[in-house]
Amino acid sequence: MKTLSYQATQSSLQQAVILENDELETTFVKGPLKGHPKTLIIIPAYNEENNIGAVLEAIQQKAPGIPILVINDGSADNTESVARSHGANVISLPYNSGYGVALQTGFIFASRKNFSIVIQMDSDGQHDPKNVLELIKEVQKDNVDVVIGSRYLNSNSYKTSFARYAGIYIFGKIASLFCGQKVTDPTSGFQALKGKAIHFAASDHYPPDYPDADFIILMHRYGLKVKEIPVTMHASPDKVSMHHGHKTIYYIFKMFLSIFVTVLRNVSKR
Amino acid sequence: MPPKIQIISILICIFLVAYVFELVRRKHLSEEYSMGWLVTGTSMLALSVSEGLLKWVSELVGATLFTSTLFFFGLLFLMVICLHFSIRISALTNQVRKLTQSIGILDLEKKTLERQIKHPSWQSGSSNLEQL
Repeated sequence: MKTLSYQATQSSLQQAVILENDELETTFVKGPLKGHPKTLIIIPAYNEENNIGAVLEAIQQKAPGIPILVINDGSADNTESVARSHGANVISLPYNSGYGVALQTGFIFASRKNFSIVIQMDSDGQHDPKNVLELIKEVQKDNVDVVIGSRYLNSNSYKTSFARYAGIYIFGKIASLFCGQKVTDPTSGFQALKGKAIHFAASDHYPPDYPDADFIILMHRYGLKVKEIPVTMHASPDKVSMHHGHKTIYYIFKMFLSIFVTVLRNVSKR
Repeated sequence: MPPKIQIISILICIFLVAYVFELVRRKHLSEEYSMGWLVTGTSMLALSVSEGLLKWVSELVGATLFTSTLFFFGLLFLMVICLHFSIRISALTNQVRKLTQSIGILDLEKKTLERQIKHPSWQSGSSNLEQL
C-alpha cells in the first residue's frame, strides 16, 4: 500500500498511541484502495439499529471500497449486528461511554493501524455520504490536516432550533477569534483528519466528552491546519440532540471552561 | 469552650481516628485515602484537647467563638478531602475510559484473528470486512 507523501514524524505523542512493531498490521490491514492512502471511516453509534443500516449502505454506494469502522457505544439494541451484517467492522464498547470516547476509540484504532486518513461521521443519517470523497480529496491537499464539513458555509439549508444555532454561532465566533480564521460549524461531527491530526486525536489531548470548538482551537494551537468545506446535512427530527435539557447548561459551561483552559494550556507546536 | 462540647468533640475525634485505623487494618480503606481522615481527626483532636492551642488559632483567624474555630477547621478539612476525591475520581474516570477503549479494540482484533485462523483464505479475501 502506498503511503502519503507526508510522513508523520516521530513524536512523543505518536509513541504513546502507536503499538510498537505491530505484527497484526501485515495481516490485519490491507490497503483498501490500491494506490490510495489508507483511509478509514469511523462512525460512533448508540442505539442506532434503525438508521445505521441505511447509513452504511449509502456510504458503500457513494464512497465504495473504504473500510468502515462502527464504534458501538454500549447500545442496548441490535446496532452491532445490523452494522456487522452491512459489512462494517464493529468495535463494541462494554457500556455507554459517550460520543467523544467512542469517537476517540476509532482514532486510537486508526492511529495504531497507521491509517493515513480518517473520516468521522454520525450514525443517524445526518451527514450525506456524497461529501465523503470531497472531504478525502480536500484533506489530501498540502497544508491541510483537518477538514471540517460545515453545514453553514453554503446556502444555509440546515434547519435547527434558534438556541442551538445561537450556540454554534457563538462558539464558532470564539473559535474563529482564537484560530485567526473563519470557523462556521465547530460542532460538526463530519470531519476528515490526516496523519498527525489522527495521532493528536488519539492522544490524551482529546476532550473525552465531546470534541467541539475547544478541540478546534487546540488543534490550531498544536499547529494543525484546519479547513472548512461546505457539506450537506439533513436534520434528524426523530432524534434529540446530545446537547438537550440540563445538558445544554453543562455544555455551555463546559465549552467556555474548556476553551478558557485550552488557551491557557501549554501545547507545543509541532 | 463549654466542657460539654469539648468532651463530645474529643470523643468524636478519637472515634474517627480509631475507626480509620481499624478500616486500614481490615484493608477496607487504603493508606492513601486514610491520610486525609487521620490528619483531620488528629488536628481536630489537638484543637479540642488543648484550650491554649484553640485560643491561639482562634485569635489567628479572628474567630470570636472557640466553637466556630472548630467548625471552621472541620469544614476546611472536609473541603480538602472532597477536592482530593474529585481529583482521584477524575483520574479514575480517565483510566476507566482508556481501559474501555482498549477492551473494545482488543475485542475487534481478537475476533478478526479468530476468523482468520478459522478461515485462512480470508487473508486473500477482498470483502470490506476482511480488510481491516
